[in-house]
Formats: sequence, structure tokens, C-alpha cells
Amino acid sequence: MYKLSVRTFFGACALLTASLLLQSATAQSVGLGIPVTEAQLQAFDLIVGPDGSDLPEGSGSPLQGKIIYEARCQACHGLNGEGTIDNTTLAGGDIHSETTPVKTVGSFWPHATTLFDFIRRAMPADAPKSLSNNEVYQVVAYVLYLNGIINQYAVLNKDTLLTIEMPNKDGFMDQSQIQ
Amino acid sequence: MKKTPPAVLEQVAGNGLLSRRHLLGVGLAGLGTAATTAAFGADAGAVFEIPGWSKQPGPGSSGYGAPSSHAGNLQRQAGAPNPLYPGGGASRSPLQHLQGTITPNSLHFERHHAGIPAIDPAQHKLVINGLVRQPLVFNYEDLLAYPMVSKIYFLECSGNSGSLFGNNAAAGSVQSLHGLVSCAEWTGIRLSTLLEEAGVQADARWVSAVGADAASMGRSVPLTKAMDDVLLALYQNGEPIRPEQGYPMRLFVPGWEGNISVKWLTQLKLTSEPSQFRDETSKYTDTMRDRRSQQFTFPMGAKSVITSPSGQMALTRKGLYQVTGIAWSGNGSIRRVEVSADGGRSWADAEIESHQSEKALARFRIPWQWTGADAVLLSRATDSTGAVQPSRAAILEERGNLAQYHYHGIQSWGIDAAGAVSNVYV
Repeated sequence: MYKLSVRTFFGACALLTASLLLQSATAQSVGLGIPVTEAQLQAFDLIVGPDGSDLPEGSGSPLQGKIIYEARCQACHGLNGEGTIDNTTLAGGDIHSETTPVKTVGSFWPHATTLFDFIRRAMPADAPKSLSNNEVYQVVAYVLYLNGIINQYAVLNKDTLLTIEMPNKDGFMDQSQIQ
Repeated sequence: MKKTPPAVLEQVAGNGLLSRRHLLGVGLAGLGTAATTAAFGADAGAVFEIPGWSKQPGPGSSGYGAPSSHAGNLQRQAGAPNPLYPGGGASRSPLQHLQGTITPNSLHFERHHAGIPAIDPAQHKLVINGLVRQPLVFNYEDLLAYPMVSKIYFLECSGNSGSLFGNNAAAGSVQSLHGLVSCAEWTGIRLSTLLEEAGVQADARWVSAVGADAASMGRSVPLTKAMDDVLLALYQNGEPIRPEQGYPMRLFVPGWEGNISVKWLTQLKLTSEPSQFRDETSKYTDTMRDRRSQQFTFPMGAKSVITSPSGQMALTRKGLYQVTGIAWSGNGSIRRVEVSADGGRSWADAEIESHQSEKALARFRIPWQWTGADAVLLSRATDSTGAVQPSRAAILEERGNLAQYHYHGIQSWGIDAAGAVSNVYV
């Protein structure tokens, strides 16, 4: 008990010192950053991480997505996601194939949230960020449907998207040594 | 003309590699005679005259300089544009034409995911949000008031040299095979300065960085690295960062795969987990033999490549050459570069020159006497952690050939009896 209390005391001292150092560092900073609120950044911050906490309102089904896909995506990605040239194949493939695997959303991508994040920020390549949040949900649903991951009646929204398990979700080894 | 005495040369490895001490000129007198004679014509009695450019004034000064029109093909090399991928693609540095360790800004390699945005710095914003005490936005003009540092760092695309995973040795130059590496002096603000101003919360572990290009390219950076040596870079070799390098500002993550140094940086979001962007899951990951894929492979491994003689060059005479190249490591400095002229049977230490060794290009040189016989030139780097650049075979043994990124194997340049230099596998 005695040892513990000493440790606690030193721990408290270290914390106090750290907080004083932090305050002095803050005091010395140039301080030209302008305070903003997360609410101000809602349309600016497009990041959707794997916990899905930043997924927006909206929803979409594969059948709705087919219409958007055929108008905006098919020219590059093919009628059924089979692709037109290298790196445009969205569907099919098998990471465990004997020959060099075709890497697609279905065979390779570990997180469904990445699909939402990427389509919203970067697709279609000729007009990025031109899809509404509903349309992004719709296209995400259609691409997952083309990969046999959801059925044609499924409805994706900020809750149901998080329940999707990607086939290759355990296929990655984190080399960052952070966790 | 005065006859030079026969040279006494110290052979240090097979097939003509000479001691580094000959770089100082010791013992080399006379070896270049054949070349000199060839350059000025066979008539050793030629009468020298004042050249034309010494007889009339040239043009005056210029606003922004350009290289001599005689200075070789100083051009980046880009693939054909892909209409399905507007603005996407890469261009490669002409390593075979460069010396020293600094890449001129106009020749620094490029990799874009949706072209180069035309950013007005007065309208550009840098946001820091997420797990911070106070989300902040910074204007470009305000950022110029912050304390800055200048560091020389290499930048290498993790896809550099990727064709060497292929089963057949691709025809190509050092530029086309290895030109996705460059080195510059980057000046900017330590990222820790800005993150501390926003106040990093205790549960933050990652910083998600997003660019202002049409792809809004994003990458997750571990907070430990972000607080260590990462810069918000504003200047490149002394001038404002070029548009193709991220004007008005880019993240610069020293030693790590190039893609994570997000250009046109507009957002830094502190998070507890990586954001799992497309470009850190679907791309820039390496699939192993068991079909699992390595992710977040950040530091670029110890690597070197001979830039001269190199692929698609031709040796036009027998005799003395300066074998030279570049070496780098994302984990530290270059401690040693060995060169072989006999396909790896024997090796000799090259001289290393570097202005600032940590995570920067080093230049190596070693004299070599080509006898006119077949030769295979290799270089092998060792970094300050003791890591030795692996052979291509060792990389394939370890990782298989499904990986596409992070290739840092030993490059082999074959030289045939006619003097033609080509990429070969040994």
C-alpha cells in the first residue's frame, strides 16, 4: 500500500509537470489558428472511418444504385463491375485464386466504410463530389450487391452499413506497430 | 605532348573495380587519353581557336532560369494520359542525367490521383479537427509567421521499382525503372507545433491527412510520427512548393512511402483509429504468398541504384569510368555502399557523399576500368540500422511476387561486349 501511494504521488507530480509544460508550450505557440466548431466543418470533413461515426444521414438500395451506376460509373467500371481497363474492376475476383488474384471491392477491400468514404470524396473520376449522400449510399449498395455481399432489397444507411462484413476483412496485417 | 607514366592501379574487386582513392585522381593519369583524343579529333596537333560565343554578347538575364539547351534530355518521363483517370498517373525523375543529391524542382517525380488543383493560397484552408481540445483553421499567410525548419529529405513512391517484381527483366532506363525517387530541401513548420496549438487529446493515436485535390486523397499517419519529424512543408529547394508537389502546402513524412506525404494538405483530423482510406487498403498494400496483405508499411527500405552507367546507356570506349549512383534509407542514414562489376561475385566499397544523411539521398562513386568484356554492375546499400539492401531473389523469397510496392532489391545492370547497358536479372 505504501509503495502504491508513493507511486501515485509521483504519478500525480508527473501529470502536474506535464500539464504545466503543456500550458507553457501553448503559451509560447504563435496562436494564429482560428477556432472553429465541428458543426462548421460538417460539409467540409468527408472522412468516414471504420467505426462509422461520421456517416451522414441518408439511405440507398441496390436497385436505386443501379440507375446511378449505369449513368455515372458503368463507362469505366463495366456493366456488372467487371471493369474496362486495369484497376477498374469492382466485382468478382478471388484473393485465394491459384493465379494472380483480381483485387476488387468484394475480393480485397476490408471495410465497407472505405467504399462510402472513397466514392463520396473521389468518384466519379470525371466529377468527384457530384453525388448526393443518398446517391453515394445507393452506389455503395449496388457495388456491394454486384459482389454478392448484400441482396437487391437491402437498404444501406449509417446503421446498416456498419453491419456489413467484407469477405477479406481479416486479410490485412497492420505493420504500423501502433496498436 | 608529354607522355604520362604508366598508371599503377589498385584493383579492389573483380572485373575492373578500382580503389576509391583513385577518385582523387591518384594514379589515373593517362587512362583517359583515348577518350580525350576521340573528343578532339585524331589530330593531336589541332590548333585551338577562340569559339564563336566568345566573340559576341549573349542574351541578358531572365526572370526565371532554364537549363542549357545542350544539357541533355532533362525531362521527367510520364506515361500516356488515361482518359478514364483524368489527371492521374506519375512522372519520373531523369536520374541518369542528375548528379549530387538534390533533385531540381522541375524534375522532382510526380504522382497524382486526380490531377493538380489550381489552388489560390488566399482561399486555401488548413483545418485541424477531431480529437483536439479546440478545432482550428489556419490561413496560408498566418502560417508563414510560424517558426520553420529546413531539412533535406528523399521522397520515394512506394510503387517505385515495382516492375522488378516481374518475371522478366523489363527493358528500361534508371529513370523508367527507378525514377519515382527524388530529394529536396523542404522548409516548413513542424507539424507538432500546429497539433499542440490545437491540443491533442489523450485518446488520439492517428492523424488523418486529406488533400484539396479532386480525389481529396487521404492517408492516416500515426500520431507518434506526426509529433516526431513530420513537417507542414511550404518551400521546396528554397521556393514555394511547386503546384505538382502540393502548392501551397503539403505534409512531408520523412523516410516513409511517398503517398503518405499528402499534397495540397487541407485537413488533419485526429482519430483513435486509422481512417482506412482507399489508398491505405486497396492500394499501397502488399499481398503476401498466404494472400494476406501487409498494410501501413511505412518506412522505405535501404536501397541504392547505379545511375551511371545505367539502362539504355552505351559505353563508347574501353577504359576508365566513374560508376555512380544514389542510396537512401527511410530508417536512417547510409553507412556503406558496395559495388560489384562481376555480377556479385566480388564487391568493393564506394565513396559516399551526403550533405545530410538522415532520410536523404547519398551519392556514391567508384572508379571502374571496363576491359570491353561482359560485365554486370550492382550496388548494395547498408543503412545505419545495419539493414543491408536485399537481392531481388531474397525479396521474392520473402514476399512472393504478388506484392507491388516497397521493392528495394539490388539492381543489376548488364553490359555487353558492345557496351550496351540493360536491366538484367542475376
